[in-house]
This record gives sequence, C-alpha cells and structure tokens, in this order.
Amino acid sequence: MRRLRAMIVKEIWAVLRDPKSRIVLVLPPLLQLFIFAFATTLDVRNAEVAVLDRSGGAHAVELIQRIEGSPNVAHVRRLGSEAALAEAIDGQTALAALVIPEGFDRDVAAGRPATAGVVLDGRRSNAAQILAGYLQQIAVGYGAELKPQALAAAGASQVTNWYNPDLDYIWFTLPSLIAIIVSVAGLAITSQTVARERELGTFDQLMVSPLRVHEILLGKVVPPLLVGTLNGTIYMIAARLVFGVPFTGSLFLFYPALFVYMLALIGVGMLVSAASQTQQQAFLGSFLATTPLILLSGYASPIDNMPGWLQVVTYADPARYFLVIVQGLFLKAMPASAVFGQLWPLALIACVTLTAAAWLFRARME
Amino acid sequence: MAEPVARAEAILKRFGADAPALDGVSLSVAPGEVTGLVGPDGAGKTTLIRILAGLMSPQAGTVAVLGRPPGDARDSIGYMPQRFGLYEDLTVLENLNLYGELRGLPASERAAAFRRLLEFTDLSRFEARLAGKLSGGMKQKLGLACALVRTPKLLLLDEPGVGVDPISRRELWAMVGDLKAEGIGVLWSTAYLDEAEKCDTVYLLNQGKLLFEGAPGALTARVADRVVSISGFGERRRRFLTEALDSPAILDGTIQGRSVRLLLRPDARFDPPPNARAEPAAPRFEDGFVEMLGGGPKGTSRLAERYRTIPESDAPMIEARGLTRRFGDFTAAKDMHFQVPRGRIFGLLGPNGAGKSTTFKMLCGLLTPTSGTGAVAGHDLRTAAAGARASLGYMAQKFSLYGDLSVRQNLDFFAGAYDLSRAEAARAIEAAVEVLDLEHQLGRNAGSLPLGFKQRLALACAVLHEPPVLFLDEPTSGVDPVMRREFWTHINGLVEKGVTVLVTTHFMDEAEYCDEVTLIYRAVQIATGTPDALKAKAGALAGAEDPTMEDAFIALIEEHDREAGTQREAA
Amino acid sequence: MSARDAAFDPRRLAALIRKEGRQIVRDPSTFLIAFVLPLILLFLFGYAVSLDTSRTRIALVVEDGSASALGLAAAYRNSPYFEVTTVRAMAPVRALMVDGRARGIVVIPEGFGEGVERGRPPPIQIITDGSQPNTAGFVANYAEGVRQSWALAEGLGPAAAAADPPIALSPRFWFNPGLRSRYFLVPGSIAIVMTMIGTLLTALVVAREWERGTMEAMMATPISMAEFIASKVIPYFLLALASMGLCTAIAVYVFGVPFRGSILALLAIASAFLMPALGLGLFISASTKNQFVASQIALLTAFLPTFLLSGFIFEISSMPLPIRLITYAVPARYLIPSLQTVFLAGDYWGLILPNIATMVGFGFLFFFLSFRATRRSLD
Repeated sequence: MRRLRAMIVKEIWAVLRDPKSRIVLVLPPLLQLFIFAFATTLDVRNAEVAVLDRSGGAHAVELIQRIEGSPNVAHVRRLGSEAALAEAIDGQTALAALVIPEGFDRDVAAGRPATAGVVLDGRRSNAAQILAGYLQQIAVGYGAELKPQALAAAGASQVTNWYNPDLDYIWFTLPSLIAIIVSVAGLAITSQTVARERELGTFDQLMVSPLRVHEILLGKVVPPLLVGTLNGTIYMIAARLVFGVPFTGSLFLFYPALFVYMLALIGVGMLVSAASQTQQQAFLGSFLATTPLILLSGYASPIDNMPGWLQVVTYADPARYFLVIVQGLFLKAMPASAVFGQLWPLALIACVTLTAAAWLFRARME
Repeated sequence: MAEPVARAEAILKRFGADAPALDGVSLSVAPGEVTGLVGPDGAGKTTLIRILAGLMSPQAGTVAVLGRPPGDARDSIGYMPQRFGLYEDLTVLENLNLYGELRGLPASERAAAFRRLLEFTDLSRFEARLAGKLSGGMKQKLGLACALVRTPKLLLLDEPGVGVDPISRRELWAMVGDLKAEGIGVLWSTAYLDEAEKCDTVYLLNQGKLLFEGAPGALTARVADRVVSISGFGERRRRFLTEALDSPAILDGTIQGRSVRLLLRPDARFDPPPNARAEPAAPRFEDGFVEMLGGGPKGTSRLAERYRTIPESDAPMIEARGLTRRFGDFTAAKDMHFQVPRGRIFGLLGPNGAGKSTTFKMLCGLLTPTSGTGAVAGHDLRTAAAGARASLGYMAQKFSLYGDLSVRQNLDFFAGAYDLSRAEAARAIEAAVEVLDLEHQLGRNAGSLPLGFKQRLALACAVLHEPPVLFLDEPTSGVDPVMRREFWTHINGLVEKGVTVLVTTHFMDEAEYCDEVTLIYRAVQIATGTPDALKAKAGALAGAEDPTMEDAFIALIEEHDREAGTQREAA
Repeated sequence: MSARDAAFDPRRLAALIRKEGRQIVRDPSTFLIAFVLPLILLFLFGYAVSLDTSRTRIALVVEDGSASALGLAAAYRNSPYFEVTTVRAMAPVRALMVDGRARGIVVIPEGFGEGVERGRPPPIQIITDGSQPNTAGFVANYAEGVRQSWALAEGLGPAAAAADPPIALSPRFWFNPGLRSRYFLVPGSIAIVMTMIGTLLTALVVAREWERGTMEAMMATPISMAEFIASKVIPYFLLALASMGLCTAIAVYVFGVPFRGSILALLAIASAFLMPALGLGLFISASTKNQFVASQIALLTAFLPTFLLSGFIFEISSMPLPIRLITYAVPARYLIPSLQTVFLAGDYWGLILPNIATMVGFGFLFFFLSFRATRRSLD
C-alpha cells in the first residue's frame, strides 16, 4: 500500500506540476465548454432568406412577414428577378429563397390550395432541410388560421416532446459534452504518462524499483480519473446553473457510471501510451483514437443513421453507452436498471482495454 | 605565430536572469593547431562555439572569423554540433550530398571530395546506410565528414567525444591530426580532461569563466613534483584514500587500480604509511584543474557514516551465470559470467552497443535473459525478481529524476516506492537532506537544480532504503572532476560499509575505482580482471610502458579483433 | 561577397527540397498524417457521420382495435422512415424511450375507429425524445406525414383535394436534391485533411529539425532563411495537394459525390487555402521548436477551428454573434463554401474568387509572421 500511495501521489504531482499537462488540463475543457456549447448546434437560427414575390398580394405579404418574424430567420431580402434568385443561392447570400407565384393570392382568396416554391441551397443540405421544415410550419400554420375547419375531418396529430419540451438544442449539447470532455481528458492525459517517462528516462528507474506493474498502472490511472471527475463535475454544474439544463436523475448513478466510463477510456489511453515511444507518437495515437471515439458515439450524428455494419462497430465504442447514460440522467430521470443496462457493456470494455494495456505494458517493458 | 582564424574577445553572454553563461571570455584559434575548449557540462563551451559559428550573438565583446563577423564567414567554417547535425533518415551519401550542395561544392569536385572523405572516415562501406542506423562512432565520423565537405579554414567541433568509445575517439584524434597538417584551425570542445593533453592550446572554462589558457603542459607543470602514486597496501586502498583526503596535506586523490594517486598541497609533506611504496607519478591536466577549483572534497563520506553496515556474507552479492540476451537473431549479450563478492566494485566496460547495457539491464531486472540466470543479494532474477529489485539502489546516466517534481517530492516518492514506513522514510529523508546539503533546495524543481545537486539528489534517492547493492549506469558523465570525486567519496565510503557496486562506464577514471572490471566487446566478455591486471596484460600486448586504462581497453579490443581475424582466416 | 551568398540560390533550394522529399518518403509519421489519417477521416465522414435520418426506431401504441386503427398502424409499419415496435400499452414504452431504443411514440387512441366513422377522428398522439432535438423534429414531421398520407388514401375529409393544406410550400433543393449529408461532409473533410498536412505536419517537421539539432547544423551553412522556408513550403504544399487529390478521387469514385466544377478551380481553391495553412504551421514551429507543444498548438489553433468554426458541420449563422465574429479569422471558413461549391454547384467564381482572395490575404499575414519569427539565431 505504501508503494501504491507513493506512486499515486507522484502521479498527481506530475500532472499538476508539469506545465504541458496543465495546458491539456485547463485549455481544452474551457474552450470546449464555450465554443462547443454555442457553436456545435445543428439547429438553424439567423438564417438568411430571400423572397421573389410575384404575387404582391396581402396574403403573400402576410406570409413574408410571418417568416421575417421567425426566430430562425435573420433577414428576408426581396429579390427582383430569377437571375437575382440564382445569384443569391449560388453565392450563398441566402440559404433559402421563397418564390411566391403570381396566382398565389387569388388561390388563397378563392379557397383553393395555394403553393409557393422554396429554393434551398443543397450544398448545406442539413441546414437547408431544417429551415425548409420551419418555413413549412409557418406556411401551414398561416393556412390553418385562414381555414381552420378544412383539416378537421382528415384528423390531426398532437405532438409532445418528452424530456425537452421546447427542443432546446443546448439540452442535448451540454450533457453530451460531459462525455466528450471526459474522453479528451482521459485519453490525452493517460496517453502521455508512460510515453513521458520513457522520454525522460525515468521509466527504467520505475522498473528497477520494487513497484509492481499493477501498482505503476494503478498510479497512472488515478490522475486522469481525478481530472475527468473534476471536469465532469464542473460541466454538470455549469449545465445546470449556467445553461439551465435540468438534471433529473440520481448523482449516485452518475458518478459510478462516470467512473466506469473513465476506466474504459483510460484503458484505451494506456494502450496508446504503452505503444508509443515518444510523447509525439502518443499525441498522434490519442488523436487517432479520439476522433472515431467521438464520431461513432452518436454525438456527431445518430447511430441509427450509420450503415448496419458500422452500427455493429459502435458497440465497441465506450462513448456510445455513456452518452445514453448522461442524456438519460440529465433529461430522462433514468432509473438504475436502465443505467445498468448500459453500464455492463461499458464495464466489459473497461476490463478488456485495461487488461490489454497491462499486457502491452508488460510486453513493452524491455 | 600565424594570424588566428578565429578570435573572440571579452565575450559576455547571458540567458535571462541567470548568471552569465560566458563572462568575459577571450579565445583565439590558430591555423594548423588543435585548440581545446575544456570544461565540465554547463561551463559555457557550447555557447562559445555557437557564437563563433554565428548562431548566437554575445551581449558584449567582439568575435571575428578570418577577420569578418562569423555570419559572413560561413563558407569558411565547418561546424559539427553536439548531435552531429545528421539527418537520420538520409543515407551516408545523401547526407554528404546535401551538405555538399548547401555549401556550394561544385558538382565536378563532388565525386573526388566524397571519395576522399569516405576513405578518410572509413565509411566507404556504409555509404548506402541510413545515418540513423550507424553506431555512435560512425555517426561522429560522418558528422565530421559533413563539416569538412568543403575544406573549411575553421573547424568547430562541439563535444565530438561524447557517447563515443575510446577506439573511435582515438581514430577521431588521428583524423584531426591530419587536418591540422592541412592548416585548418580546429576548436575541439570536450568534458574529458584527458583529451586536453592532446591539444596544442587549451582554454579551460568553468561556470562561464576562463580559468586557464595556454599549452596544456603549462597547467600540468604547476602541479609537477606534487603527484605521488602509493601502492602496496592491497585491499585497504579505499580506507587509505579516505584517511589521506582528510589530511590537510592532500589536495586531491583518486584510486588507480591497486594504487592511490595523491596530489599534495604546495610545500606539504606526506608520509606514506609503513610498508607502502610511494613513487612520483606523471602530473595530469585534471590535477591542474582540480587545484584551480580549490582541491577535491574531504575523504570521509557522512552519507556512508550513517549508513547501516551490510552483514558479512561469503555468498556473492551479484552473480551472472551465462546471461544471454538475443533480440531476434541478433545476440546483444552472450554467456556473461561473473561474481561480485560483498563490498566490492565491479565495472562493466566496453564500446557503445557492445552489450554492457544489455548485461546491466538483465541484472537489474529491466530485461529478461534469453538464457542463463543471475542473482542480486541472493535473490534469483527469475524467481525472486521483486526481492532482487527491493535490495538494489539504481542510479542512471542523466540522473533520471522527476524534473517537474520538487526535491522533496522526489525523495518522498522514492521512499514510498521502496516501501519505507512513514517513520523510516522521515528519518532517511532527513538524514539524506542533511548529509547531502539539500535543505535549501527542497522546494525547487529537480529539473532546475545545478548539476551537482542533481547528482546528489539522484544518489540520495538511490540509497534511501539502504540497499546492499548499488547499480550505477555511467554515473558521472559530464560533471566536473570535483563533483566526480565527491560522488566517488560517497561510493567508496559505502563500499567500506559492505555495499556492493556494479557500474557501467566508458570513463576510464571510473574504471580505475573498480576492484574488478570485465571488458565487453561484440556481446562477449573478452577480458576480466583487476584494472592493474588488464593494464599489465595490455602493456605486454602493446609493448607500452605504464599504459592507461584507455590504452588497455584499446589494446585488448585490437587483440581480440586480431584473433577473430586469424580464426576466420583459419576457418 | 560571392554570388552564392545571394539570398536565394536555386541549387541549394533544390538540394533542400530533395532532402525533404526523401524524408517524407521515409518517415512513417509523415505517411501516417498525409495518407492514413485522411483515409480514416474520409471514411468516418463518409460513413459514420450521416445527418440523413434513415430509419428511426419508434414505438407504436395501438389502444384501439378498430379496422381504421389497424390500417393506420400498418401504414406506420410499412413506412420506410420508421422501424416500428408495436405494443398494447404505454407502460413498457417508457423504458424504450429512456435508454434510446425508441426515439418516438405514436399513440393511436381508444375510440379512433369510432371517430373515423363519425367523420371526426380524434388526434393521434406523437411523442418524441426531446433529448435529441433533430431526431425529435424528424419524428414529429414524418409521423404526421405518414398519418396524412394514410388519411388521404382512406379518403377522409370532405374531398381528397381539400385535404391539401390551404397554403403549402414545395421545396426544391438545388445541387443536392437527394439531401445526402455525405455530399457536403466529404468535401468538407478535405478541408480538415489539408489543415492537418499544411499546419500540423509542417509544424511538426520544422520543430523536429530543432529537436534533433539539424536546424543548428543548417544554420551554420550558407543557406538563407528564405531558402529554408521555401524548402519546407514547396514539398508540403505538393504533398497536401496530392493528398487532396487522393481524397477527391475517393469522394467522387467511392462515395459518389458529384464533382461539377473544374479541376482548375479546385486547385486554385486548395492552393489559396494552403498558404495560410502552411504559414500558420511554420509560425507555430518557429515559435515553439518542440514537436509536442507544436502539435498541441496546431490542434487548438488549426484543427479545432477548422472542425468547429468553419461551417463544415455546424452552421455559422446559427452561432451567437461573438463566435460568429471569431469565425471570420478562421481561414477554413472561406475554404468550406468554396469546396462545397466546386463539388456540388460548379465554378461559381462570384463566390469562389472573394474567398480565394481572403485566404491569400491570410496567407500573406501568416508568412509575414513566420518570417519574422524564424531568425537565424539560437538566442
């Protein structure tokens, strides 16, 4: 125990006193909190819209005004010609251009279904698609006001959004960021530890001391664990207090889950570290590991959208499970049984990566 | 005297707020001479060479190469930086080609120039090999060839001898001798004081200050008649040295195999103990340097005084029985056999890559032997590796401490790693701090300590748990002779308490401290014995009188090569 | 002073470039960054990141046993947009929603059939998983769409024609009518690849010269700093273009992304972007001289901004104003629309030229900075 304690204390000091690891500790989390939280939204706000109004009637003007009033639209610019429309879309000065045909007002007045065209910039197909949905809602809503009885007979649907009634994007981003930040901390810090000792020449010094391999590895697990927990906690508090995201689950589930997730990541980081000779290689290795870890987790895009064979690969991604857990604990009051359902695969991955890391560490000792 | 090819006058160079790296240093390099720039690490040698190469500018003072500012004289300067400046992923010939083109060597002259250089450096056979795959000695020769690609008037060599074994070093000196004959002015910087004696003029730097300039003989002349070699007391030479160094008459002393070499204070008298023989010895450059630094440390090691006495035992404390290590089909060490009894120093000598580190690493458990066994303090390396590790202290080249941790944190860590209880740890750390004078450094980062303190801290960390066996890997390379003596004073004291020491070195001085050495060459032990026995054997082989350890080293290796050659021919 | 002391000697430069070329070929980490990493990124953005919702898993709660209710349920099951789990009651569905096995619930309420008979069907309930807002929006829209089509087919309402909403929009997506996110993600990832080579790799190779001591040896030879910088810029410029070419070929032939512009325009865009990318890489390495620190800084100043703040995935206009202002300083912000245009729209110079001009401007700025930072001195 004394040996283990000495090892842990040393590792913690090493992380806290090395200016380079302090950079890894402080900068990415802060940058990510502010840039990620605000920049990584797939929602569309402040979109530029252009209008080619050939009708000029009151209904057309009302529709345009309603679009102008939408929080998702920044400006509506009037265009004079088809050519101007093509230029606005080609030159990306507008994401969408509404084309109101000459007969629009006549049709509306006559109670006939009236259709306006929208040209969207497919180069940004995702944003275009979302904006098209918003515009459609506005148009249909206006139509429904004009003719409330028309649709009743055809039935209707009532939409309820559970967990996030206003579909606030940041309620998705911030809990997910906990998973991301913890992986960056876990992988970046862990991957450096062994490589740094190799580069500084202290590795041999460790190996000739009576410290056992498991003591060395345990010592190296502690600092990323602490840093990850600290980062996770700060993010959790910031999510609640600064961004107002509710936390409906139990902290007694959150921390054990975080712990197991960190272990899985640290196993990966340790693998990278044991395989690298220099800090430089460790950096590239952790970069190579972090990118797929995040992109396959379901954060960047839903796993359901991936091809089937790739969906199978995501089962090996620890972030996949933890993402479900944090989103569940924040928004869905996830019960223990459901958390456990995600936790056991995570624990399995942790066992595999840590064992593999210990094995590689031993194999590369010489 | 001919016009100097390079001249520096009253150079002041300061980095940040630290003490100046160079403080009013003047120097001149004459054509056709080897000018030595000698001093320990941190003396300012590299800074001065960089200033002469035009890579740095001093805050005060003037520099001229061939009468011009060094930046304008690049065509006439050949410069070999410490790590030789080679591109490791280019071949020998590609490196030469690159430097040839950069230095504007006309294409028509290239073939002839390269042929001459490759022959000169004996690298013709390796022209297609990647520079990164060359041995240290070959890299150094290639670095020299690259610096010479367009015959310069001034050749700046920054520590060409570091990390290079004595044979390559000797070959390099021979090459430089040829260059001298061509009229090139060579500036050779080195931390090896024995190299100073081969220079025509020597500048001795220490902590940024010029201590001495002139012919090396002028420095040794100051201590002439004051160096004596005392022999004839067998195994007690360490205790004798301790006593001698405590005597006010003695300025400095070192062990030379079975004898002890002493430097007396001016006008002091020293009576050798009864039945010992005293005879005058040739003064060395190092003696002069030590005198200028105010003499060596006292003989009694307070560290050793407080150390426990290792119980007597007839069993060998370190044992290698047929240790062999193969990497793929390459044998790095083959069939190593030796035993070191309690209270002895055993040295592993050999050129780089010969297998001494492999052997060392197998014994301290860093490498698993392919076959054979070893034991440390009775613990078999295969079956009781943890026990073996707990009973050894380890101190490596470059003092592998945690540079970002404070001195205190380093000590705490090693106390914990070696399983000392809280009370034991507190006692051991307090003792080490007091004895090694570390109390004012406790809060400093180990990485920012001066070299001498680093060495003390590394030693303190290695012996906190009072191990019966110490493993030292090139423990004093680059430190000044006074620090080296201080270190060996502690080691000698510990050995007197019964500690057993295994040391690898290619510092011939350190080899002299050993009770027994084994010379490892091409993965096998080619000679084992006391330093005196090896020197005597080499003396007989080479017909030299009073050979140094370095002479012995070279003679034995050459003899081995000759035998291998005749065997090959016979076969 | 002889002629060779001139600031620029093409022969020395050629020798340096030859050396650099050999190192590129022989150094595994260069190969890794220039070819393996791009393939991995392209692969991930081609397959893993897809914003095109394909089949979303929903639960269908059918509380009514009538023929109409079963008919509507069948419509959901047959929809290409949903993968449906049918249950009888709400209770077990909650668990599916909590762990994300279902992203929405459609409830066909009791009395649905009766309502249909009476000509006033009760509204069906669509519940979405708001924890994933985009998927939630998709579920709401498409679940309603399925219901509408079903209603239309069943001839509900006064007349089929009147079932159309009074006002509707008919969207047309130019350049990418199939709305494949791959079409903009794959060209966008080429921006990341060029950033990695131009900035990260360049920063690493110069820092490596400092670390290995070869920089010192170089500085002691008569080469000029302009030659040295050119010897780094030219090979990595070509390497980045080669890697870009590889990525373009894969984008077009493997991922089927259309290429409607000209190779010339693509080369012009890529070259313009490489100026600031290489300039930044040189500036970083000249100021840090350490591979590890250089790689960290390159990550923070080049990779992350290119990824997050360039409009590659995340729409710049949706960001808050302060961040939107920052994006103007990110060279990749000008590259992404140009790349997307040259791939999907064609050579629309009205958009491409101003972007090229801005990137070249940034290029000059970064080169100026790195010339100032690369001094021939070890001080």
